[in-house]
Amino acid sequence: MNGVPVTAASRALYSCHTCGLLSRGADKGADMGGVVHCPRCSAELHFRKPDSVARSWALLIAAYIMYIPANLLPIMETSSLFGSQDDTIMSGVLYLWYSGSWDLALVVFVASIMVPLLKLIAMTLLLVSVQRRSVWQPLQRTKLYRVVEFVGRWSMLDIYVVTILAALVQIGSLATIKAGPAAVAFGAVVVLTMFSALQFDPRLIWDPLQKERPGHE
Amino acid sequence: MTASAPLIACHECDLLQREIALPPGEVVLCGRCGAELYRSAHSTLDKPLAFLLTAAVVLTVANVYPIVGLEIQGSGNATTLFGAAYALWHQGMPPIAVLVFLTTFLVPAVELAIMGYILLSLKYGRRPAGMTLLMRALQHVNPWGMLEVFMLGVIVALVKLTHYGTVIPDMALWAFGILTLLLAATASSFDIRDVWDRVEALPCREVDE
Repeated sequence: MNGVPVTAASRALYSCHTCGLLSRGADKGADMGGVVHCPRCSAELHFRKPDSVARSWALLIAAYIMYIPANLLPIMETSSLFGSQDDTIMSGVLYLWYSGSWDLALVVFVASIMVPLLKLIAMTLLLVSVQRRSVWQPLQRTKLYRVVEFVGRWSMLDIYVVTILAALVQIGSLATIKAGPAAVAFGAVVVLTMFSALQFDPRLIWDPLQKERPGHE
Repeated sequence: MTASAPLIACHECDLLQREIALPPGEVVLCGRCGAELYRSAHSTLDKPLAFLLTAAVVLTVANVYPIVGLEIQGSGNATTLFGAAYALWHQGMPPIAVLVFLTTFLVPAVELAIMGYILLSLKYGRRPAGMTLLMRALQHVNPWGMLEVFMLGVIVALVKLTHYGTVIPDMALWAFGILTLLLAATASSFDIRDVWDRVEALPCREVDE
């Protein structure tokens, strides 16, 4: 197997999403709907995730849009005897920073501001490069995808912080904390980018390499 | 292509490769993109089952007891996970309440239930009914369990709470910490490939539609 890489799809073999079995697929109903099933677990088979790029783009663009209110609107509304205060994600970070918890300020900054933004940029890069059938650094792009997949969930951090604070700080007129409208937008960013990454098929990164080589279908 | 070893396709770059036999505890990576192809199968189902049952007990404890309490000038207040989600719901934030409830309780609970059902069926030599559906559900639900993120969120919240009054960490805080580790242990000892191999090896195969 030296030299030309052989992929399952190039040999008309399906790799099952559910059970991992490699097969030619069992045709049920003799090509009626063209749907192919796995002979072991009977899940539907595809060479690549269907409409991967289009779905991934749609979810990503929606996430870009939600990223704006998520950062501009208040995520936490505090009211106390001394008046009320609206906190955005950034002002929450600054509060932690100035109250001496620089380490936690850093964690929240990375999880809530850096990670979502880098995820959006990374997914854009992956989608554009796949659409242009780029053969540039496939291994590095696959690694980038793995980072995006791994890191995505950590952006939920701020949502959980607000949840605990809003549940506990309910002492009548002394101090009350409520979740602000940015919480919904922020939750939407996290969920949408996660769905976008799940729809993306990393095998598309490697497919252009296949077609590059002459004499190989 | 004359070798007798079965072929396997990398799920991240689709490269076809020949399987190799593995000593216990080893992992096979894709030769081209480095994705994990498979790991050596566990000799018994008892290890994942043990982790799983412990996790189920700790999950119950974590949701029955309060996570943290707050005392401000004599008046106290404590919250469980359900309490926190409930409070959000009534502050006009139902989407966030649902999101929190799903990612910290429902998803881990469903995962444990499905894995437990599959493992117990296999242990008693039966093919689990609806196996395909359950395995697919497991795959779809898995990315949405976020207990470890929740743990970090609680820690950040504790620091912020000290600004308002006396913070009293409660039973469920420790339970959630342990649960995070137990879930990781369960997930890493529950091997999808091994489970399918065991299902295939069962004497009588019924096809479930």
